Amino acid sequence: MPAKGAGLSQLLLKPKIPTLRGVAAEGVVRVLRGRRVLDGLDLQVPFAGRVGIVGRSGAGKSTLLSLLAGLDEPDAGRISVAGTSAPHDRLAFCALMPQRDCLLPWRSALDNAGLALENAGLPRREARRRAAPLFERLGLAGSERLLPAKLSGGMRQRVAFLRTLLADKPVMLLDEPFGALDAITRAELQQWLSDALAVEPRTVLLVTHDVEEALLLCERVLVLAEGRIAAEFHVNVPHDGPRRAVVTNPAFVHLREQALEAIE
Amino acid sequence: MRQGLGRWWPPLALLAGAVGVWEVVVRAAHVPDYLFPAPSSVVSSLHRDGSLLASATLVTLREIALGYLLAVAIALAIAVVLHFSEALRRALLPLLVLSQTVPTVLLAPILAILLGYGIAPKLVVVAVVCFFPIVVNAVDGLRSADPELVRMMRTLHGGRLAIFHRVELPGALPAIFSGARIAATYAAVGAVFGEWAGSSSGLGFVILQAQPALDTARIFAAVVILSALALALYALVTLAERVLVPWQPEAPHA
Repeated sequence: MPAKGAGLSQLLLKPKIPTLRGVAAEGVVRVLRGRRVLDGLDLQVPFAGRVGIVGRSGAGKSTLLSLLAGLDEPDAGRISVAGTSAPHDRLAFCALMPQRDCLLPWRSALDNAGLALENAGLPRREARRRAAPLFERLGLAGSERLLPAKLSGGMRQRVAFLRTLLADKPVMLLDEPFGALDAITRAELQQWLSDALAVEPRTVLLVTHDVEEALLLCERVLVLAEGRIAAEFHVNVPHDGPRRAVVTNPAFVHLREQALEAIE
Repeated sequence: MRQGLGRWWPPLALLAGAVGVWEVVVRAAHVPDYLFPAPSSVVSSLHRDGSLLASATLVTLREIALGYLLAVAIALAIAVVLHFSEALRRALLPLLVLSQTVPTVLLAPILAILLGYGIAPKLVVVAVVCFFPIVVNAVDGLRSADPELVRMMRTLHGGRLAIFHRVELPGALPAIFSGARIAATYAAVGAVFGEWAGSSSGLGFVILQAQPALDTARIFAAVVILSALALALYALVTLAERVLVPWQPEAPHA
């Protein structure tokens, strides 16, 4: 396993290196079980940009995130994250929030949130001290000491997101973060995520099969089909205001219809 | 324990019934005590030989406790080494299985020759009998960590050691405890084997001495104590699991 924590902890504890370049992929090909899951994919995400990637299941969305994160290597093409392309460095710059919340059942909510800080070498007390204010700020106060089994699906997902946020990496890769939630909790969490990202801006790649979610949370939405970017939409509809007003805005509806058409 | 004492009633009632039948049958058939003592004779032996049995119990308890701790320590150490080295795992795991085909009964006299008549050979016998289920379960438990959790750790600054200590080891605890519970039931037998191969004290020694004297009630008394010791060790391990693995929904065992 090439993962090595030492270099990262230095990164985390010293002032952050300015990362002017975001995420780029050029001609990326990945063959899995004989199938070209990604087939010459090109992608550009500027620093602090927020890009949504939508597509049918099996379109290669999760594969793309694994590749960007440095957990996997492309068969052809180039990937660079914050200007580096070695897999180990990509791993250092990307935080991946998986589809399942992947909370550790033996750690309290607060200790799950501070996991990355402890992994980077901070003592548990210090990790807690840093995670606690975010609990307050992001509506999780009171659940700090609960084990994940005691949390609702929505709460677990929030903790998982906080954990990803606290990894303090310039790039956040979110893989269907709300896929397992019911519609109401999902809408609530989309709003919450949008607020959280306003507080802590990051370069975000959001993979989802929910077009509306992508349009609500991102500035740009890419449609992934047959292993490459099939269409691209700039979301020039105002995001603020009540959710219902946004999603019923004719411009938004038009965009959604176009995106859905591109997926099919 | 969460369900109260309710679930203890069925086995206790069955046991009490069996002991009652045993008492009635032995008395009705006038079976002599040296052939098959009635429960009441065993109880009176427990009372009559109290001080003898008490000191023997202390000796055997020490062998069981220390031998078991030795087994746990060795088993966990081996499991961790095997977990980190694929090559060693492939080389050593089959040999560990092979080692279990050697009858411990035969190992005990050899150990007595090697290590003398003190406590050392007993500890080794207990450890040899107990370590295997712990090693096997621990190795399996460590290897069965959820690969998604491992990926998640890698993207969160998690190095190899962090993954081991924060994901693999806690995740393996239920499996390790399964092995430890099985091992707990072997420990008393191991101690008796050790004592039979050469000793001057302990419950196994008491049994050896009572046999030529046809003091069958005393043998039964020693066996009852040995069972109680094994049961106590099992209960202690189960309790430790409850404390150390609080995230388990509900331990499915008694």
